[in-house]
Amino acid sequence: MYNFILKRLLSTIPVLLVVAVLVFSLLRLTPGDPAAIMAGDAANAEQIERIRAGLGLDQPIVLQFGIWLGRVVKGDLGESFYFRIGVAELIRQRLEPTFALAALTILMAVLVAVPLGVAAAWRFGGWFDRALMGFSVMGFSVPVFVLAYLLIWLVSLKLGWLPVQGYRRLADGFLPFIRHLILPAITLSVIYIALIARVTRASVLEALGEDYIRTARAKGLPEMRVLVRHALANAAVPIATVIGIGVAILIGGVVVTESVYAIPGLGRLTVDAVLARDFPTIQGVILFFSCVYVLVNLLIDVSYVFLDPRIRY
Amino acid sequence: MKVLANWSVRIGGAALLVLVLVAAAAPWLGTVDPTLFDAASRDLRPGEAGEVTTLEGETIRHVFLMGSDSFGRDIYSRVLYGARVSLVVGISAALVALFFGVLLGLAAGYVRALDGPLMRVMDGIMAIPAILIAIALVALWRATLPTVIFAIAIPEIPRVARLVRALALSIREEPYVEAAVALGTPAARIMFSHILPNCVAPLLVQATYTCAFAILLEAILSFLGVGLSPDIPTWGNIMAEGRVQFVAYPHNVFFPGVFLAVTVLAVNILGDGLRDTLDPKMAKRV
Repeated sequence: MYNFILKRLLSTIPVLLVVAVLVFSLLRLTPGDPAAIMAGDAANAEQIERIRAGLGLDQPIVLQFGIWLGRVVKGDLGESFYFRIGVAELIRQRLEPTFALAALTILMAVLVAVPLGVAAAWRFGGWFDRALMGFSVMGFSVPVFVLAYLLIWLVSLKLGWLPVQGYRRLADGFLPFIRHLILPAITLSVIYIALIARVTRASVLEALGEDYIRTARAKGLPEMRVLVRHALANAAVPIATVIGIGVAILIGGVVVTESVYAIPGLGRLTVDAVLARDFPTIQGVILFFSCVYVLVNLLIDVSYVFLDPRIRY
Repeated sequence: MKVLANWSVRIGGAALLVLVLVAAAAPWLGTVDPTLFDAASRDLRPGEAGEVTTLEGETIRHVFLMGSDSFGRDIYSRVLYGARVSLVVGISAALVALFFGVLLGLAAGYVRALDGPLMRVMDGIMAIPAILIAIALVALWRATLPTVIFAIAIPEIPRVARLVRALALSIREEPYVEAAVALGTPAARIMFSHILPNCVAPLLVQATYTCAFAILLEAILSFLGVGLSPDIPTWGNIMAEGRVQFVAYPHNVFFPGVFLAVTVLAVNILGDGLRDTLDPKMAKRV
């Protein structure tokens, strides 16, 4: 077990290394002076020169990568010329809203999608099943910002139930915090619900065809117990997998949702950095998000051991 | 044909066909130049009449079916012309992703020495969320039609490459490939004449989904203000300009939003239909 975790941990290194090379080469493989691009449009010659020296641009490219990677590993992501502070510090400041939004979204999505998927598989081919599949195609197709405006218009403007936009820190009280977060989380969770419900339905459907389900029913177990303890438990691994894969969609959604709802998180930071062409920040955010994605999927792989006792590494 | 008997293919295909025709025939559908503005026709509600001033300085009466924006531009004309951008970007990005994905996938699936290194690079690209890659590339290259297409296509290449590689790995074990190898057929010929034709059906399905995703992503880039220049009417740009006045004039956001959603929905439904008829193995999986 510990061997497996260690092995799986080591296997993320090549992926992260490739990510690092890609992020690094983002600037180096483009025509133009990397130091000038890094410094931003408003920089003067002296600033560019300082950055050039800092990046080691007079060194061979492999050495440049080494210098850069060495700093990144130590947590030094460079300095944002636009926000005038270290990129690592910037990311730390913007982490709370994004983390809160993502956590609430995943929680809501799983709580809604799994029961829906089980119910659809239980009544396979019925009206509920077809309605859910229809909803899921819609969920994949309605862009997150269109949905966001639809919800703002309906819930905030017409009904006046929730604030239109903005963010309150958890430290300022739980109620304002959750009131500002609930609409963005609903917006973001729709595509996630579509994804998880689809996979839950497919895997539960497959499990329901197994002999042990017939046995469980034959020995007179209540239908609820058959569905949850026997069918759903056996469908847990694919569901966990899709939750992990969905994190990529979630990160993309965060960028858009935070912009619409004016939430000062990492997604908003990404857009601001791009608009300001603040490349140290862009690189830092991409590295950070990719590491989160890889780590979440690592954790999910490890969780298989608990979800499926047959899996022994 | 089996494909055309499928209702998802019929509905999605028909909706898409209508959209293509509308986009192509935009100048003849009662539109005006989508960049024309008139200070007298600002912020009109849908259906209100106003006027637009042509480039020659001539003022013509015009009914603003979908209202106007804060510059007095006709939303209806902008939405119709915006369809052109969405469709061009969606289809081109799918083709670019397909082209590079097929090349890389065939190479990885058929040439054993390339498999490891190529697939590790693909894994790395897939570890970065697609929107972030696209945003970063657009920021770097500055947004024009070709750069936006490539920025959207690049994160999609690994998906195609993985698919082709997996197919190639199983097809290369087929007796006819073995026979071709025994006859001394060059590797390139085996890849393109023996393996590739057997990948067409799943690739077509994948291309449809890529197209839907590309249309979405283009709109997102425009909406965030990092995509195509605001002078070009794209659905994302119209929404980005409309969002400022969303509370008072929601139509600026809703009309392009509905067009965008329906288009992506049509492409996705078409993809589901193609998958069910062309690629039953994949249909069973999800």
